Amino acid sequence: MSKAFTLALSLLSTPALADWQLNMNEGVTALSREIFDLHMLIFWICVVIGVAVFGVMFYSIFKFRKSKGAVAEHWHENTTVEVFWTVIPSIILIAMAVPATATLMDMYDTSEADVDIQITGYQWKWRYQYLDEDIDFFSNLSTPREEIVNESAKNPNYLLEVDNALVIPANKKVRFLVTANDVIHSWWVPHFAVKKDAIPGFINEAWVKVEEPGVYRGQCTELCGKDHGFMPVVVEVKSEADYAQWVADQKAMKLAMANEASKKFSMDELIAKGEGVYQAACAGCHQPNGQGIPGAFPAITGSAIATGAIDAHVDIIVNGKTGTAMQAFKEQLSAADIAAVVTYQRNALGNTVGDMVQPSAIQK
Amino acid sequence: MATVDVDLPHVKDEDPHHHGPAKGLGRWLYTTNHKDIGSMYLIFSLSMFMIGGIMALIIRAELFQPGLQLVEPNFFNQMTTMHGLIMVFGAVMPAFVGLANWMIPMQIGAPDMALPRMNNWSFWILPFAFLILLSSLFMPGGAPNFGWTFYAPLSTTYAPESVTFFIFGVHIMGASSIMGAINIIATILNMRAPGMTLMKMPLFVWTWLITAFLLIAVMPVLAGVVTMMLMDIHFGTSFFNAAGGGDPVLFQHVFWFFGHPEVYIMILPAFGIISEIIPTFARKRLFGYSSMVYAVASIALLSFVVWAHHMFTVGMPLVGEVFFMFATMLIAVPTGVKVFNWVATMFRGSMTFETPMLFAIAFVVLFTIGGFSGLMLAIAPADFQYHDTYFVVAHFHYVLVPGAIFSIMAATYYWLPKWTGHQLNETMGKLHFWLSFVGVNVTFFPMHFVGLAGMPRRIPDYALQFADFNSMASVGAFIFGFSQLVFIYNVIQNVRAGEKATAQVWDGAQGLEWTIPSPAPYHTFSKPPKVD
Repeated sequence: MSKAFTLALSLLSTPALADWQLNMNEGVTALSREIFDLHMLIFWICVVIGVAVFGVMFYSIFKFRKSKGAVAEHWHENTTVEVFWTVIPSIILIAMAVPATATLMDMYDTSEADVDIQITGYQWKWRYQYLDEDIDFFSNLSTPREEIVNESAKNPNYLLEVDNALVIPANKKVRFLVTANDVIHSWWVPHFAVKKDAIPGFINEAWVKVEEPGVYRGQCTELCGKDHGFMPVVVEVKSEADYAQWVADQKAMKLAMANEASKKFSMDELIAKGEGVYQAACAGCHQPNGQGIPGAFPAITGSAIATGAIDAHVDIIVNGKTGTAMQAFKEQLSAADIAAVVTYQRNALGNTVGDMVQPSAIQK
Repeated sequence: MATVDVDLPHVKDEDPHHHGPAKGLGRWLYTTNHKDIGSMYLIFSLSMFMIGGIMALIIRAELFQPGLQLVEPNFFNQMTTMHGLIMVFGAVMPAFVGLANWMIPMQIGAPDMALPRMNNWSFWILPFAFLILLSSLFMPGGAPNFGWTFYAPLSTTYAPESVTFFIFGVHIMGASSIMGAINIIATILNMRAPGMTLMKMPLFVWTWLITAFLLIAVMPVLAGVVTMMLMDIHFGTSFFNAAGGGDPVLFQHVFWFFGHPEVYIMILPAFGIISEIIPTFARKRLFGYSSMVYAVASIALLSFVVWAHHMFTVGMPLVGEVFFMFATMLIAVPTGVKVFNWVATMFRGSMTFETPMLFAIAFVVLFTIGGFSGLMLAIAPADFQYHDTYFVVAHFHYVLVPGAIFSIMAATYYWLPKWTGHQLNETMGKLHFWLSFVGVNVTFFPMHFVGLAGMPRRIPDYALQFADFNSMASVGAFIFGFSQLVFIYNVIQNVRAGEKATAQVWDGAQGLEWTIPSPAPYHTFSKPPKVD
């Protein structure tokens, strides 16, 4: 009975506490705690100054009212006081700047990293490339569309969940090399106090050393277009052994994917597979029903490309279209995925071309 | 300001050749009268405030609950962008120019602005700039959707086609602002009444003089950056396109070199207004007049060397971060001096709390709260956590809404009797104040919390943990938004009727504008007053 009660209490109280969170997360790294302390220090300095200034002000408001018979005095200058309240704030600020600079120097020290991961922002997903391992994958929002449009109940990680999380080892210094493929994004995990702009043509550096395994969630924080609110960051921190296992699994998966590329699929198999790929990779712009957004993103239904020559159709998906939001998907999708989505677009969403393409025919 | 003694007979002795305003629409189209132009600026600003406000309410309605309810993300981005652009360039800046037009000649004893025809022109191009900008909402691809800061390459390579109209609109607004600024400088430097030395000028005039120099310095920079965008979009250059050897970060440097002084353009005249109102209702001279002037001047100078504090996460070298952090923290010193001086003015005064004073006191408290969060944002390492979250949204709305906007409302209530000749309806004024005060805080205070908890700005939908404070903010926004109807009612009512106002209006008011009758005649100070 008491156990059930405790459980019920924790179920009730946990979301309620999270809902009314007032302050910054302290985070899970030494650096994030240092930043949290700076935040609290400057906050309390502001509180003290605020209490003093507003105290005098409200005292004056209550005490020196005409209705209480207050008569205005005539002084309007006092050099001593004016020098005093110029000098004192300056001293406080210098005192504040010293620890802030020290923390900043720590943040900028990206030397001697154990793991290097390149993070690339795309509209509207993240790509993670492990520079020392042959691991390279994309991370998309995995919250179902029905939850976003309020057709089903929202899960606790609503908008903060992805298909493939970034996986890093605990207690290792992980260096992130952050860049972007199209517009500027910004990679942020509040619990790490790591926020770095992802800028096309630039590589920015940041680092993290997490002590405890766990799952940490963040979001893109630089306006990057329509789905800026829908490109979360999820980082799974694993113990060293689990991390090694994960790396091995990734390599095995890559092998399986290579085999799939030479497999021969039936039309139905391709369409079925293609629907999933379409909803994950294309529907964001071209819309789940293929109608696009007039003036911004073209429709797939009845489009010249999706109903025209199949080679041109494959080409625009593989190589993208320069100067538009249409990305080159050769890095993001496997040959089997591209074959499937091309076949799906030609034979669904109101199109009835009737042909198909096999993975082996996709030239990346 | 030194005590002003005015030779009243000059004022009453109106030149018989002077006539009233022309009749009909022509009065407004061809007018070169600073009072007419001031009124047009203020009415224009109020209409833009309403349009931008409706956009804000669309944003807050969508954010009332998690999930997408009312608008698509693309339209949401158009709303945040247009809301920002309209409020900054259409509501706040023209309101201050309108107040400058009305009050500067009357405060320095000049008959009109120095360049009256240019004054007409700088107003009349403004409605067209905003018609162009607003028309983009109806274009294919929609209005600008890249944020009011329009970072490249989202605003160039990836922009909707309407971006070209946006650029054209910005050019026109910029031309209008520069002309307005030149006019204000020319007026203040050349047309002061005999005896009014610079250090005797009312603070509203001082702050506007400094603001006008800021405008002339940075509006061309804005024009430059949008022109570079235009070249990138239409003429094949690569200023901001990394693929062509350009630099997207250059955009941010140029933009914020304009953008940070721009922030002070929107607050320095507010400092001037508050420095007029508090002494009037405390019945005590402004404390530390000269340190007020020096503080404004130092804020203006410092505003040119702090721009990259908007870019702490952009990947600047360490030494850059440290420099911009130090420079930004320095601004807290002169800003603090101003707040301390206002409080010292109230100390041992004899205070009453009419509507303008209520707005002025709320300004001091809430602007200071915005200043505190600004100081927190200046701490570069902590800014990595605050940057681009709702904490920043809370910060700049605290300095702009209960800061700049409250000062404009305070100024309107303060000088309205002088403009219309009717005393304020204090009951309605206080109703407006208290509704706005509650609305503003319920809207923007919770934004500090969701920002610290990790909610990014400019998102149409959010994680469940942010839901409670967001619905609170939305409720506050609707309270604040609808209470502005009271403001409109108050202004219209005051123009139409009311108890006759005296020349003095407020018993503690000092300055030349209170020596002329209420309503102020169409032409004032045709012969300059003498100031001792």
